[in-house]
Amino acid sequence: MTRFTEEIFEHLGIDLPSEVSRRKFLKMLGGGIVVTVSANDLLALQEAPARRRFGRELPDDFNAFLRIGEDGRVACFTGKIEMGQGVVTSLAQMLADELEVSLDSVDMIMGDTDLCPWDMGTFGSMTTRFFGPPLRAAAAEAREVLLELAAERLGVAADELTVRDGMVSSTADSAQKVSYAELAKGQKIARRLDREAVLESVENFTVVGHPVNRRDAVAKVTGAAQFAGDIRREGMLYARLLRPPAHGATLGTVDASGIEAVDGATMVVDGELVAVLHATPDGADRAIATIEANWKTPELDLDEDSIFEHLLNVAPAGENVDRGGDLNAGMSISTAEARHTYLDGYVAHAPIETHTAVAEFSDGRCTIWASTQTPFPLQKEAAEALGLAEDKVRVIPPFVGGGFGGKTANRQAIEAARLAKRTGRPVQVAWSRPEEFFFDTFRPAAVVKIDAGVGEDGRITYWDFTTYFAGSRGADHFYDIPNHRTVAAPGGWRGGPGTHPFATGAWRAPGNNTNTFARESHIDALAAQTKIDPVEFRMRNLADKKMRRVLETTAARFRWLEAAAPSGRGQGIALGIDAGTYVGLAAEVDVDRATGKVTVQRLVCAQDMGLAINPEGATIQMEGCLTMGLGYALAEELHFSGGEILDTNFDTYEIPRFSWLPEIETVIIDARNDPPQGGGEPAIIVVGAAIANAIHDAVGARVYRLPMTAERVKAAMKRSERR
Amino acid sequence: MIKPVRFSLNGKTTTVEVDEERMLLWVLRTELGLTGTKFGCGEGFCGSCTVLVNGRPERSCQLPMKSIGGKKIVTIEGLAKNGKLHPVQAAFVEHDALQCGFCTPGMILSAYGLLLENPKPTRQQILDHMEDNLCRCGAHHRIVKAIEAAAAEMRKGVRS
Repeated sequence: MTRFTEEIFEHLGIDLPSEVSRRKFLKMLGGGIVVTVSANDLLALQEAPARRRFGRELPDDFNAFLRIGEDGRVACFTGKIEMGQGVVTSLAQMLADELEVSLDSVDMIMGDTDLCPWDMGTFGSMTTRFFGPPLRAAAAEAREVLLELAAERLGVAADELTVRDGMVSSTADSAQKVSYAELAKGQKIARRLDREAVLESVENFTVVGHPVNRRDAVAKVTGAAQFAGDIRREGMLYARLLRPPAHGATLGTVDASGIEAVDGATMVVDGELVAVLHATPDGADRAIATIEANWKTPELDLDEDSIFEHLLNVAPAGENVDRGGDLNAGMSISTAEARHTYLDGYVAHAPIETHTAVAEFSDGRCTIWASTQTPFPLQKEAAEALGLAEDKVRVIPPFVGGGFGGKTANRQAIEAARLAKRTGRPVQVAWSRPEEFFFDTFRPAAVVKIDAGVGEDGRITYWDFTTYFAGSRGADHFYDIPNHRTVAAPGGWRGGPGTHPFATGAWRAPGNNTNTFARESHIDALAAQTKIDPVEFRMRNLADKKMRRVLETTAARFRWLEAAAPSGRGQGIALGIDAGTYVGLAAEVDVDRATGKVTVQRLVCAQDMGLAINPEGATIQMEGCLTMGLGYALAEELHFSGGEILDTNFDTYEIPRFSWLPEIETVIIDARNDPPQGGGEPAIIVVGAAIANAIHDAVGARVYRLPMTAERVKAAMKRSERR
Repeated sequence: MIKPVRFSLNGKTTTVEVDEERMLLWVLRTELGLTGTKFGCGEGFCGSCTVLVNGRPERSCQLPMKSIGGKKIVTIEGLAKNGKLHPVQAAFVEHDALQCGFCTPGMILSAYGLLLENPKPTRQQILDHMEDNLCRCGAHHRIVKAIEAAAAEMRKGVRS
């Protein structure tokens, strides 16, 4: 229950100061969220912190969410954006079911700040959970108002009318009918419902809960789909900016005399921005290469290996996230203990579309087409940077070519807007791949320390978990442990000044990948010490029925072979909770004993996500999470030297490729009567731990640091041989 | 040096007068207005900018204009004919073989190039051929399935 609020606070950068205020906050919401929560409560939940941060909220007029055209087509307005996660389809499904129109008649208008209801951004697997309910409520109210209007028009009582595919007809005489299009005539519907509209019940859904292919697929396979970089404006110039060699570097002298060699190139300086502009993107590339600059780079003796000691040195005192029982009491009765430190490096978002924006000034207004997950916060940020009122900035997000949290930062759009203002011409800023690696808001390096003990009966007697810089998401365990404490250094990925040598931010299921890797590795370490099969060990320590079902389903579908690890088979399991969804993953790996190279052969993932709005879309997200997760588990790690980012392209920064593909099986547990939970992130959190546990099962060596490269696996094997 | 370069673009003879050292990717996206070919990394590592050159998949970010004179270039815009999707495109739609869609044009043209050369690839041959086309969303599984389905469809002689 509190997990939802914490996620929102986390995303908004608001630290919950104390247990007291958290309780007060939940009280304010009327006791918080239970499975029977109403749309309004959920809305309030999103609204309260959003109001504090942005002073904005979702409108309560259903016309803000939908418009019925004279041609019968229904426009659905949402502040959310489409970056591959599939809400262009699932939101349309929700609207179609509540309004009783065909899915084909729905057009999605997404993220346009002039047209769409305010939204804080597309992240945290929150679209379905938090925008879904108000969208459904708006559509339900619109449906009932339309029924009232139809009743008056036809002279038939509203309860004697039925509606199908946007056509209202009398149940007694189907010839008596009127369409939504005739009733609405493309206008805003002035009437409001004087009572709460009743939402469709799950049994009546004809679109929701049924698999549908992506609605944007045809545009995307023909090249017609527009991304920010595909926007063309009259007189548009392409910009390249002068970039520092390292974070923290300061600019000394600039020699721009060489630019004359590039026909048509001009240099623009706006405050600290030094840019070249050209009518072609590659012309701008050639021009920037002619600029010579002296930079002063501060000495900073940090790299991907020494960062962990630094982080522990600068970590502020932790705050209890959760605690219960008495740790000392638990320690006094344990018969075996495990104490380990888990490390995780910086990881890049690396979307294939780099940060891109086009900005144009016209009639005192600035329009920005940007690859962004946060169009409304960008509108505010751009207005401040340009010295304009917020309503003088319009942000239009075309299709976004992958985000994963990285496109909640909008630096490129501000650059484009400032250059457009400075030059009076439309300007495109599209980051090169080295710029994308340099200015990314990386998933932070983090450290987790766990001390835990277990009794002879295989029950965990105490659990002491401290996480540094991963944040609290996924830090709290769900096992039945009598004496436990979870401590998280406050601030999560944001840290304080002097913490990280460059920007860090939210990366698909922020913090949870790190925390779940540590927790589930440690659970296996305890299971191994007591020589109990890892699935059986978890069952002994799990009271939560939902999680037990997830574990049983995962193990059964995987055809888990019961054995204490290491069994030599290379099977591993991990559990986790993210965005309200419970997830289990079993992995089968092969480890090359000579090199330490890990090949993942098979992944079986089961999740309980409540009602799956589009089971096809949810399945695709699970597959995407599992495939992307192979990267942080096995290879992805940013190399740097102080503020200099050494990875500049995909030659040294490895992301998953076709040859890595394991067999993947996904199961969505039928929980259609529970409210829908997040789908875009949960399945990625368990990949690291399931593979770590499978490696241990294969070769008897445990890797405590992500990514589990061949060298680290080899080193772990050597360590375990020595023991 | 600015020179006229004449080549076939999606079946039509095209002449552009540009600096012949410039890369095809930028000329396609800028002068020719074909924005379906995507920039991803600029160094030939990611495959987003893949086009067919005389039936073979090539990285357009690495192809100077001087190298394409007289050649047949096919971009993603040139695959569908008369409003009908090419079998590879249709298979990508049918199998939901995409998420954000940014790598998709390059994936489709790489796959089409493979099928032109080898109409009946094994799964391993598909994996090998697609290895250097990067997808960050993790649609790989479905892309492989789509290519297998497209291969079967194309062998039926629907169109190639």
